[in-house]
Amino acid sequence: MTSGIALAQVVLHNRSNPDCIQRNDIFCPGWAIDNIDRYVDPTVQHVVLVLASVGIGFAIAFTLALLAHRYRPLSTPFLAATGVLYTIPSIAFFFLLLPITGRGRTTAIIALTAFTLQIIYRNIMTGLNNVPPDIRDAGSGMGLTQRQLLWRVELPLALPEIIAGLRVATVSTVAIATLAVFVNGGGLGTEIYTAGRLTFKTGIILAGGLAIAMALVFDFALVTFQRYATPWQRAVPT
Amino acid sequence: MTADPALPLSFLGLFGDAVNFIFNQQPAETGGGLAQVGGPHQVLDLASEQLKVTALALALSLAIAMPPALWLGHRGKGERLAIAVGNAGRAIPELALIAIMAAVIGVGLGNLTIALSVLGIPPILTNTYVGVSQVDRGAVDAARGMGMTEPEIVRKVEVPLAVPTIMSGVRTATINIVATATIAPLAGILTLGDFIIARNVYGDAGVLAGAILVALLALSLELILAGVQYLLTSPGLRARRA
Amino acid sequence: MSKQTRLRAVLAAFAVLALALGLAACGSSDDNSDSTGTAGGGGGKAIVSNPANGKVSLKIGSKNFTEQIVLGEIYAQALEAAGYKVSTDLNLGSETVALAALKKGEISGYPEYASTALTSFFGVDPEKVPGNAQEAYNQANADFQKEGLVAFPPTPFASANAVGALKSTADKLGLKTVSDLQGKSQDLTLYGSPECRQRIDCLLGLQKYYNLQFKQFKPVDIALRYEVLDKGGSDTLSILFTTDAQLAAQADKYVILEDDKHVFPAGNVIFVTDPAIVKKAGPDYEATITKVQSGLTIPVMQELDARVDIDQQTPEAVAGEYLKESGYIK
Repeated sequence: MTSGIALAQVVLHNRSNPDCIQRNDIFCPGWAIDNIDRYVDPTVQHVVLVLASVGIGFAIAFTLALLAHRYRPLSTPFLAATGVLYTIPSIAFFFLLLPITGRGRTTAIIALTAFTLQIIYRNIMTGLNNVPPDIRDAGSGMGLTQRQLLWRVELPLALPEIIAGLRVATVSTVAIATLAVFVNGGGLGTEIYTAGRLTFKTGIILAGGLAIAMALVFDFALVTFQRYATPWQRAVPT
Repeated sequence: MTADPALPLSFLGLFGDAVNFIFNQQPAETGGGLAQVGGPHQVLDLASEQLKVTALALALSLAIAMPPALWLGHRGKGERLAIAVGNAGRAIPELALIAIMAAVIGVGLGNLTIALSVLGIPPILTNTYVGVSQVDRGAVDAARGMGMTEPEIVRKVEVPLAVPTIMSGVRTATINIVATATIAPLAGILTLGDFIIARNVYGDAGVLAGAILVALLALSLELILAGVQYLLTSPGLRARRA
Repeated sequence: MSKQTRLRAVLAAFAVLALALGLAACGSSDDNSDSTGTAGGGGGKAIVSNPANGKVSLKIGSKNFTEQIVLGEIYAQALEAAGYKVSTDLNLGSETVALAALKKGEISGYPEYASTALTSFFGVDPEKVPGNAQEAYNQANADFQKEGLVAFPPTPFASANAVGALKSTADKLGLKTVSDLQGKSQDLTLYGSPECRQRIDCLLGLQKYYNLQFKQFKPVDIALRYEVLDKGGSDTLSILFTTDAQLAAQADKYVILEDDKHVFPAGNVIFVTDPAIVKKAGPDYEATITKVQSGLTIPVMQELDARVDIDQQTPEAVAGEYLKESGYIK
């Protein structure tokens, strides 16, 4: 910005020589570096949205899966129910919840959680079902109760599949959480869909880039956790 | 709009307003209500626009993703790439994608279709690859032994056996595309999402109506595609999967 | 690499990431704007904080576009400087939503355009909206008072919708006034906000009073109103605002057509609020608002809009700059 004429003591900046931002060039690294702290709050909000949604989603899906594992007839209705929640586009879900839970982070988290359920549930079920029957037999043969069998044998063996599901759920949730801005839920979407910013190329790229980076970080964290937690497995690409 | 203490009743009220919005035209929320909005005609207009846009983008995604995925899956090469594309595609935030396309290229159907197919390609690519490459090698060898050419093997053996996995990818792609087509009004193409995005015009009843309609549209498409998958799955496979 | 070392590596990576975020949060970014050091006005202009106001809580609202949010911020920060407890609920929505929020008591007040109030709330034909700011204010205020509300006196600047085009397009088609579009508009595409389709001071007025039919009307977010001209080619028109910074900064690129039939009335901003709140808040309420808006002339409003839309500053920061540069806040 260059200096200009002062009128009514408010300085009118001279924009006849527009700089990178004023020309709205595709990316202005200088501005990005100078203004990165503008993105801290939205990023933190975004992380909270994702962690809360995936965390609660995992808790619910895990409970459903254990129930369905025990009582087979439950598995089809659970799959169908979580499937419905998955198919409804998140932005529509936000606004379906709006009259009940109002604008804000809670609405966003509920909708995002609903989205993660099918992915995680299905993967837990697949993981449990893929435990070879002879291992189960061996376990009961050794005198393990059904509960011990579940927690000491089946779940650990299902872990790679479960974590694969968590990875997909987390990465997808990071991407969708940008829409939380539509219900005042915060997140990186606020740097895109706010007055004056919808056409601001550097801002959009920064917000989108931060979201993608966040997804990669979470994904890497989960892969690392999986390698650490299942030493008997080679790393399996999903 | 914060949660109302007389909540259950007010929710029903708004829900009723939303249904009314779908079936009856009403005055716009802005401009003193001089113009009419809503009603079945507009709903069908916007719904068909959303379907049209989804179909175009899906077609483009299939055209771009399927051939290389079939070929690579058949050869068994490029697994890392196929998986990576799938993972990367999931991470793309749709709001940023639509916004940057509109800002850089401009508004319009062409740009929107390209943006939507960016979201549709990864699941189709990954699932087609995985489906084809995981077909029982024994079946493929037998086919080769019977004298089938490579393309014939793909067409007559691998694809039919991989239908469930491939269709799963197509369904995921469709959901992604339909969901993003909801924010297409930001790129100048009016779909059902207009009821949600232009809330100044349609009011709270319109927004809720839009959300309901989008949800119904997505669920209907999913059901249709599930039916298509059932029809495409050869009876032998169907029996085994059940 | 053993499992333990791997785990340590992961933890270290997270620590680095957390540290980087923490540094970014703590690091201060200095806003270097060079100016031709203008001295602020005398002390009489500055807002004085009155401790008695601390008992009063005010919630300032605004509609959901740049100019409105900047105005909301200016009023909110000024009232805060005057000692009130202020919160904001900017970005409410259309004028209908804002008025509803005010009537319900969810906000204390918000800035409305006198012309919008008259055409949208009180059913006045746009051609009958008084061109004189004081007359328009009087009429709107009288109508508001019938609804149990009250409006404060108007800002110096007025804003209006306008039909805009690239200068090259206007020259090629010989367009100086909106009436010149007769006979030509059916080959042109008009872009406007989604609300434009429903407003008499926008598309409806163009159709009714100018008898214009366009090849297509395409609603787009108002953030894109200049983009569509840049990328649209020579058969594109767009609804612009007379206080847009781009019109002043790039006067050789964009032009607006003269509204010869007065379908787009210019509206000064009047702050609408509740008389009960006015009573409770005391004289500083109206006094602060009228004082702080007295510096908002058209060039100044254009400058502030430019700082948000073109320079990408936040409305909060821009409002603060306005108040400081004008001397209302030290």
